[in-house]
Amino acid sequence: MKLIILEHYSQASEWAAKYIRNRIIQFNPGPEKYFTLGLPTGLPRDHPESYHSFMWNNFFKHIDIHPENTHILDGNAVDLQAECDAFEEKIKAAGGIELFVGGIGPDGHIAFNEPGSSLVSRTRVKTLAMDTILANARFFDGELTKVPTMALTVGVGTVMDAREVMILITGAHKAFALYKAIEEGVNHMWTVSAFQQHPRTVFVCDEDATLELKVKTVKYFKGLMLVHNKLVDPLYSIKEKETEKSQSSKKPYSD
Amino acid sequence: MRGEQGAAGARVLQFTNCRILRGGKLLREDLWVRGGRILDPEKLFFEERRVADERRDCGGRILAPGFIDVQINGGFGVDFSQATEDVGSGVALVARRILSHGVTSFCPTLVTSPPEVYHKVVPQIPVKSGGPHGAGVLGLHLEGPFISREKRGAHPEAHLRSFEADAFQDLLATYGPLDNVRIVTLAPELGRSHEVIRALTARGICVSLVADLRAAEDAVWSGATFITHLFNAMLPFHHRDPGIVGLLTSDRLPAGRCIFYGMIADGTHTNPAALRIAHRAHPQGLVLVTDAIPALGLGNGRHTLGQQEVEVDGLTAYVAGERPDPLGPRSQPACQVAHDPPRACPLCSQGTKTLSGSIAPMDVCVRHFLQATGCSMESALEAASLHPAQLLGLEKSKGTLDFGADADFVVLDDSLHVQATYISGELVWQADAARQ
Repeated sequence: MKLIILEHYSQASEWAAKYIRNRIIQFNPGPEKYFTLGLPTGLPRDHPESYHSFMWNNFFKHIDIHPENTHILDGNAVDLQAECDAFEEKIKAAGGIELFVGGIGPDGHIAFNEPGSSLVSRTRVKTLAMDTILANARFFDGELTKVPTMALTVGVGTVMDAREVMILITGAHKAFALYKAIEEGVNHMWTVSAFQQHPRTVFVCDEDATLELKVKTVKYFKGLMLVHNKLVDPLYSIKEKETEKSQSSKKPYSD
Repeated sequence: MRGEQGAAGARVLQFTNCRILRGGKLLREDLWVRGGRILDPEKLFFEERRVADERRDCGGRILAPGFIDVQINGGFGVDFSQATEDVGSGVALVARRILSHGVTSFCPTLVTSPPEVYHKVVPQIPVKSGGPHGAGVLGLHLEGPFISREKRGAHPEAHLRSFEADAFQDLLATYGPLDNVRIVTLAPELGRSHEVIRALTARGICVSLVADLRAAEDAVWSGATFITHLFNAMLPFHHRDPGIVGLLTSDRLPAGRCIFYGMIADGTHTNPAALRIAHRAHPQGLVLVTDAIPALGLGNGRHTLGQQEVEVDGLTAYVAGERPDPLGPRSQPACQVAHDPPRACPLCSQGTKTLSGSIAPMDVCVRHFLQATGCSMESALEAASLHPAQLLGLEKSKGTLDFGADADFVVLDDSLHVQATYISGELVWQADAARQ
């Protein structure tokens, strides 16, 4: 695991964004070679707070991605399990997920894999824990009855199959979950802990999220920031790659 | 009108690198257009899985809904109140020239005239969609002849009328068929006005008032919704008798009803302080109008307006005097001192001191309004687009950049100068510097 500790939310976000950018450039995607970015998904589509709207307003409308290359789990599908199975097939067809980016819940869940989810689970329909419903209530004017109680989610196993996993954790309310995820054992009550067994994980967090970690852990990883920051150094732009090919000798640091 | 058929297959235009006026705010968003209407890009992305066919970079400029002028008497030498054989081409000329002012829809206005004029002119000006040929005609605005003698402004006294005898029938007899009419300005203190107002409102015609406060409040209950050019041609505000100006903050109006009022913000017709007072009292009802006369776009000199002659000087126009100009058009003014405005000097004043309509184009009015009131850009732009659309009940399709609305908009720079005008998503006018 690489634990990247930045001072504030904005710096953590920026580091993560630069890292993703670099990974895409290094991957050198093309018409036959897709960089598959995995993101957690879930709510019904028409709702303004749905992930469709969220993804559109925060990501898709700012970039030139083609709609055909976006796949969001459809919570309104007639046969939800078939929708989930089809999603798994699409991932396989795209060559597997290159990089999965996710967050962590206060209860340590990844995507909607609530405590007790199998660590080898696949994409499926999942009931949501009360904690998650409460956390989501803010999107539904605080009305608990309006918050969906089920969601489609990628499974822990699905994410484990990705070639690389990046988890973003910011804020003091996530500190305990981070502690459970990386300093305690692998446990299905804190599903993010599953990534201790993944060969390539990056945790990006701010100072507040480290409040429950051992001082030793924090000092150790802060000491590595000099090396880790090389991962976000600007690389050549894909458009200029003809003239800058010589710089491609940069090898990403790995565990 | 706009093509519904084949809309799904039509080209998708994406205007990018711009700020658009939506929901009362200037947002950094792209504007998507298809089939002459504003398109929801999120639906396009997720449901149709399509991208734009063409992207246009707007250079960081502002995209606002096209301006709507509900009171314009003519321009560029054309007088809508003149009964000629070919009124249509006069309207077409004005419609085309005001595109450069950012106006995409307008209501040609007829001032007080004898019935023969209405019978001849009204049928020749049908409602018409805008396009490369010019701004769209939303319907006629008939200002008069049912207005009061005391505050007739520039309207000729000889042609004022009342409908005491036969109410709505009198009105029909004067105007002829009302199919092309959108707004009627009248004085509610005239007898039987309430019957007339109700009859007009029932036909979807907007009724506008020039009146005193009490009569106006009652008229609003009968269906009137507009005050024609606030402050001008009405009794001045008095603290014990607010006059129609009091309508802006009246508590005697039907609940939920918004009263709209026209303002000529040309720098002459209304003092900036008065503009501010009205704006602050009731910002949502303010509708910018030009009340432009045929001299709009022409130079200084003498021109016609309805049945009268007017004198143009810079951005101001006055009713020309009855007696011939004693100094003659070619001689020098008696006063050799250069000063502004000339009407303040007794030696220079020729004719009357009665203002006779404005010659400031709509975009000039918007800029002046912004500067005089210190309001937000969004407010100024809405006063020229959204509010007139709301007045006419067209706010779903005009005066807005919401999804599904007609793609009539203007491209403005940061000082609100018009750079380009679009109707139905098609470029219909462009400033010289912007042309490639």
